[in-house]
Amino acid sequence: MYDFNKYFEAETLDEAKKILKENPNAQIVAGGSDILVEIREKHIEGLELMGIHKIKELKEISIDSEGTISIGCMATFHMLENNEIITKHIPMLGRAGGVVGGPQLRKVATIGGNIANGAVSADTATSVWAYNSQLVLESADGNRTIDVKDFYLGPGWTDVKQNEILTKILIKKEDYEGFSGEYIKFSQRKALDIANLGCAVICKLDGNKFSDVRIALGVAGPVPIRCKTAEDYAKGLEVTEENINEIGKKAVLDGKPRDSWRASKAYRQQLIEICSQRALTKAAQLAGGK
Amino acid sequence: MNFTQIGKPLKRYDAAAKVTGKAKYAGDFHVRDMLIGKIYRSTIAHGYVKKIDISKAKALPGVVAVITFNDTPDIKYPTAGHPYSTDPKHQDIADRQILTNHVRFYGDEIAAVVAENDLIAREALRLIEVEYEELPVVLTVEDALANDAPEIHKGTKNIVGKMNYEFGNVEEGFAKADFVVENEFETQTVQHCAMENHVSYAYVDAQDRLTVVSSTQIPHVVRRIIGQAFEMPVHKIRVIKPYIGGGFGAKQDSCIEPLNAALTLAAGGKPVLLDLDREESIIGTRVRHAVKYKIKTGVTKDGKMIAREVSLETAKGAYASHGISPVAKQGTAFIQMYTTPNVKFDMISVYSNAPVAGAMRGYGIPQINYALESHVDDVAAKIGMDPTDFRKLNQVKEGDADPKTKLKILSCGLEECIDKGKELINWDEKRKKYANQTGDIRRGVGMAEFCYGSGTYPVCLEIAGARIVLRPDGSILMQVGATEIGQGSDTVFSQMAAEVLGISTDQVYLESTTDSDTTPFDTGAYASRQTYVSGAAVKKAALECKSRIFEAVKKRKEIAVEKLDIKDSQIIEKNSGKVVMSLADLAMDTYYSRENSNPISVDVYNQTKSNALAFGVTFTEVEVDIKTGTIDVIEIYNVHDSGTIMNRQLAEGQVHGGMSMGMGYALTEELKLHPETGKTLNNNLLDYKLPTMMDTPDLGVEFVETYEPTGPFGNKSLGEPPAITPAPAIRNAVLNATGVSFTRLPMNTQRVFEKFKETGLI
Repeated sequence: MYDFNKYFEAETLDEAKKILKENPNAQIVAGGSDILVEIREKHIEGLELMGIHKIKELKEISIDSEGTISIGCMATFHMLENNEIITKHIPMLGRAGGVVGGPQLRKVATIGGNIANGAVSADTATSVWAYNSQLVLESADGNRTIDVKDFYLGPGWTDVKQNEILTKILIKKEDYEGFSGEYIKFSQRKALDIANLGCAVICKLDGNKFSDVRIALGVAGPVPIRCKTAEDYAKGLEVTEENINEIGKKAVLDGKPRDSWRASKAYRQQLIEICSQRALTKAAQLAGGK
Repeated sequence: MNFTQIGKPLKRYDAAAKVTGKAKYAGDFHVRDMLIGKIYRSTIAHGYVKKIDISKAKALPGVVAVITFNDTPDIKYPTAGHPYSTDPKHQDIADRQILTNHVRFYGDEIAAVVAENDLIAREALRLIEVEYEELPVVLTVEDALANDAPEIHKGTKNIVGKMNYEFGNVEEGFAKADFVVENEFETQTVQHCAMENHVSYAYVDAQDRLTVVSSTQIPHVVRRIIGQAFEMPVHKIRVIKPYIGGGFGAKQDSCIEPLNAALTLAAGGKPVLLDLDREESIIGTRVRHAVKYKIKTGVTKDGKMIAREVSLETAKGAYASHGISPVAKQGTAFIQMYTTPNVKFDMISVYSNAPVAGAMRGYGIPQINYALESHVDDVAAKIGMDPTDFRKLNQVKEGDADPKTKLKILSCGLEECIDKGKELINWDEKRKKYANQTGDIRRGVGMAEFCYGSGTYPVCLEIAGARIVLRPDGSILMQVGATEIGQGSDTVFSQMAAEVLGISTDQVYLESTTDSDTTPFDTGAYASRQTYVSGAAVKKAALECKSRIFEAVKKRKEIAVEKLDIKDSQIIEKNSGKVVMSLADLAMDTYYSRENSNPISVDVYNQTKSNALAFGVTFTEVEVDIKTGTIDVIEIYNVHDSGTIMNRQLAEGQVHGGMSMGMGYALTEELKLHPETGKTLNNNLLDYKLPTMMDTPDLGVEFVETYEPTGPFGNKSLGEPPAITPAPAIRNAVLNATGVSFTRLPMNTQRVFEKFKETGLI
């Protein structure tokens, strides 16, 4: 049995916004794969849930005339894995969706939930950040669009207000065209696990030189991060094993891992270095590097 | 041996019922007015409850009862699923109370509530207020034995028990050896994680008897334990075992039934469901002993081990449970595996403020086998011998006797198991190929071997009952005391009865529910004893039923009993094969004959006074990612000598499950406690890394079928053995791949990384 006081079912986006505004205790349930677990584990006083499953437009994945890709927040991981727009233009995000949990979970869990709950281990968060995504937040009081870099405020804490819905994720053409990418989820199990480190790397080549490298890490700090030092260092470098190894070492400088009973700081730093190197090697190969 | 039913890959007796959901498990009975019980668990690891206030919980609408240690009998009782010992000196340690004011681990049971539903019950738990007087937390052997250590159980000095033996003289042996190799090893705490958690429901029945329906491996023993916990005669108690979703030893212990009984009594006899969630099942039932080893071997230049010594210690948690048995038993495997003239063993088990260690698949043997078989590979490396040749030179063979019990080995296919394993993994070629690798990704092959008994003789009583009723249509109804818990024993018993009686298995109806009122007595499912011990009772019952059938034929047809046989449910003349009459016609006549009505029903017990060692090996190939510390099992084979294989399909299923359990033990599983508070950190299946199907390669299984003369059909144990050798085999394969001798389980990526750092590989 689940402990919550009320359940609202929003039929339309406007209705959802209205419910949130009128019920300050209401929380959105998307796939439910996080919040239902949380309800079971913790007692959340006076909790009210609002389902948004019936709102069709939130499930859409589309591309507009300017090449901007729009992913509805209710797109499940299964949809990401199999959607043609995603697999053609931003395949790394599809693959990241494909390593979350197991097949049953991927049929219910959504990218919106994965991003909005702010989990540092979220498998899609690193890709979303590597592609410099924009997040659209809508409410009865108006809409706003923010950059992913401004979205994470702290552990499990994002810029989504109680009355807001993260309706879609936008990725501009300039942020994916010409890029190749690789996501490495390092975990103790090959399924049904959360990452010890999530590492999403995309790169663009000019000849055999890196013209742009983006390294996003999950579980390398309190929130998903980008490796600015490594990325700046990489620009203009020849694609060689030595350079990639050095870029990986620089990524360690950007990471802020900590000791915990799950893994030591030293080990997490090793993973940052090795996974960044391996993901970048693969991304460079996909981009036609030597 | 030519069998008609034994050995057939017959599908499980209960397969259809289970996949269609018709099979009812303890949590599936939705009785009218069922109430929900929940346990209030301590939030400290050691101390006393100074004050407890249950008034708010009691006042919550929908709460039926709240009980604390003040409301349960002040009686200490044992929980272990052992046969009762009539000798008081050998009885299990009685150190448990239904609820306690002396908190001994983080999660100990102080109070419990009964409510109309799950949510109200949980809300009531939140309303219970407790104040503690805290004591220092004891987590290690060293802590427990310190002079100023607080006693976890008064008068014990924290010692659960010790055991030692010496055969020959190890000091002299070491003095004569060309090399002496010493290692220290350490194994971790793991949990059984049976698919079905501990669950039971209890009520007082129409005859005023306390009835508990429980997911247990030991229904008859649980009845006795409830009797002890309440000082109540057993005729007032009834225990029923429905379908079970696995136990692996955690249900060879009475973890929840006495409390469940107390809850129904508190609720006026109404049915109360006590259904532990996964988080509780992991901390609040049983775990595997974590053990530390010091092990030493003296070996000659030509590879003979002439002296071996091991000393082990374990901090076994808050209650005795199975006492020292799962640690003391390690002494048998240590001496039985290799014939060494001088062998010494000593152990100590102490209490600690941690979840309780008890029985778990292999009963201590996976631990010592990890230490011994890892050590043996290091010894073989020291003298430059191939590990398989080294083992063959030293291991037991047919005709050898256990120096302790004097029991002789009458069947042994161990050498054939090794040869088969070598062939499957392509041992010789790969050992050479992987000898000197460099680079980030390296491969290796390794192996380990085991021996394991079939039951507990001569340490414990081995008794089993079976009942067969010939029904009017010539089919049989069978009841066994043995407990089907998912391992497939009911299927195999039906094959045994059909084999003896000359009928097909679809003519055997086996009642899967065990009811302490109506089912023959048997001590339960443990020690891999059921096909060997309970199987002997089934065979005896079937033989007696057959002889009763022949006597009934003789009465009617005047044919001598010894001339008769049964084939395909037809009673025939043995020599000519001529049909005398159908079994169905005879059966009908036994019920309705005006002259000779005497339906056939037999009810037998068999006490087993023998034991047989099963043998086997694991061979595996691993790939090691040096930079990340990841060990991938690429190929793995278990080859078993379990005597006659009763049912190939079920046997393979047993082996697959054991291999998977062994791989988790080797690489990822470890229950972790906070080093100061003693709180379990990862009592959930996300943080406790049970391997998934994706982590498991194809599992190779082979059998070397010997014929064990003491087994009812030439069979020996197979239930626990498959879980024993994967961990040391994987460890030895990593040694082959990297040259690094690992000494601690699990070899998870963090620990492998640290070891590679330490040895300079990273």
